[in-house]
Amino acid sequence: MAETCQLAIIGAGPAGMAAAIEAAGLGLSVVVLDEQAAPGGQIYRSLEKQPPAGRPDLGEDYDQGRPLLEAFRESAADYRPQSQVWEVTQQRDIHFQADGAVQHLRAEHIIIAGGAQERPVPIPGWTLPGVMTAGAAQILLKTASLGARHAVFAGSGPLLYLVVWQYVQAGLPVAAVLETTPLANYRRAAPSLPGGLSVPSYLIKGLRLIADLKRAGVSWISGVEDLRADGEKALEAVSYRKGSRWRQIETGHLFLHQGVVPDTNLTVSLGCRHTWNAVQACWHVERDIWGGTSLDGISVAGDGGGIGGAMAARLQGRLAALSAAQRLGVLSAEERDRRSRKSLRILTREGRTRKFLDILYHPRDRFRRPPDDQTVVCRCEEITAGEVRAAAALGCQGPNQLKAFTRAGMGPCQGRQCGLTVSEILAQAHGTGVADIGHLRTRPPLKPVTLGALAACKKSRG
Amino acid sequence: MFTDLIADREKTVTIRIDGNAHTVTAGITVAAALLSVGVRRFRETPAGNSPRGPFCMMGVCFDCLCVIDGQPNRQACMTTVRQDMAIDTQSGAADLDPFGHSGRGDA
Ligand code: FES
Repeated sequence: MAETCQLAIIGAGPAGMAAAIEAAGLGLSVVVLDEQAAPGGQIYRSLEKQPPAGRPDLGEDYDQGRPLLEAFRESAADYRPQSQVWEVTQQRDIHFQADGAVQHLRAEHIIIAGGAQERPVPIPGWTLPGVMTAGAAQILLKTASLGARHAVFAGSGPLLYLVVWQYVQAGLPVAAVLETTPLANYRRAAPSLPGGLSVPSYLIKGLRLIADLKRAGVSWISGVEDLRADGEKALEAVSYRKGSRWRQIETGHLFLHQGVVPDTNLTVSLGCRHTWNAVQACWHVERDIWGGTSLDGISVAGDGGGIGGAMAARLQGRLAALSAAQRLGVLSAEERDRRSRKSLRILTREGRTRKFLDILYHPRDRFRRPPDDQTVVCRCEEITAGEVRAAAALGCQGPNQLKAFTRAGMGPCQGRQCGLTVSEILAQAHGTGVADIGHLRTRPPLKPVTLGALAACKKSRG
Repeated sequence: MFTDLIADREKTVTIRIDGNAHTVTAGITVAAALLSVGVRRFRETPAGNSPRGPFCMMGVCFDCLCVIDGQPNRQACMTTVRQDMAIDTQSGAADLDPFGHSGRGDA
């Protein structure tokens, strides 16, 4: 018989931890499954470890996660690190792998707090060893104090600038920052600046950070319109275009970034309804103010449902826990509402300032739909943009049908690196919206399960 | 090449990478360990034999797959190094689909 609990939380980042603290505090039996070895999600990754002497300064936003981590550790929630969830059913059965064995858990309510991933950046040469995401550079810095000298950082968005700042703090010379934010985005974003004279603090912080970097002598090239990674067996140089002019920088490391997008593989495989969000250019799971999805007893909190940042994720985690407690009869609706009022108010305010960032850092079209036919879009199966367009010309209507034409989306990453690009290319080819084209349907197992473990589990399920 | 920003590591482990012994920082991921000793190519793709290395470092891209203690297709960025661990980079032929869908090759 499978183990049971009242509330299962998938993910131990800000949203999952906040949900666990709240729910355990209300007396619910809570199990938290997370694939990392320590809590914190990507944003507070490795924060618990005593910083080794000499570790570079990672900034105050990182250190701010400490109280949340402590409260999570002190809570009565049953935390299971290194647990990879590979299937969740609508009956709220969770199948996961931990300690090399397949395990099962049945929950009365599930909060999915799986977080975000970086948006794929399909440019020519992005599969070469040496090309990584800016987030990957940050993870190496946070978890292993590893850094690369004379790297090129390219793209747009707050995380990119933060990682460059962290590199500079660490004393690592940076070859160049190739900024791709379209100038027109500034004009488009300006009207969504929150009203009045108060400039939001995150904006001031961001501007100060960029000024710091320029003052530190980082070669900062704005208005970059196109990028290419050059090399034979590994990255040797980065080429970029401004206007009609191409230039080249020799380097062994390129860190790309075009913002973050929700990881929707789990909610898609479950059958939750999703809608296309044109401003963030990604899929959002449909959810109410409590995080409730189209499926009974399944909620989503944090960036996994739409990018809002760490603060919003914590508030959403708490609200989802309060609502789960109400649904499970532990809390009256009035009590839930009373305890939620303040969080809901702050969340509305956060949402307003978010809009400005979404418009400002909306990626250029060419980084979402590579115009060059040779560019690989599906890294796993090595399918190019040209092959996707050729399939469209033959009548392929959507990403799921595309599997019959190419193998795009069928490799081990399950479309995490090509799903958005494929839907966008097909929409463009058919002259229609991405919402009409639809998203790739993902199927379990969502994470690799060893064949032996899977066979043993099939047997036990009968 | 990635460099370690901390000069004297107190805790290290010895691992084998493609048969050669290397001393690396304890507690880091296999992907970080390989990068720290200068390995860039972790595998070759089954389809086009193109070289690949870690891209995302957070478990989403599956480009860091290698053979860890005899098990193929392990995500190097999601596995912590242990003393005496044997890691082999994967060539196209050894590249079994980690989901067991297609089962190419004969690892
Ligand atoms: S580097 Fe992307 S999954 Fe390991």
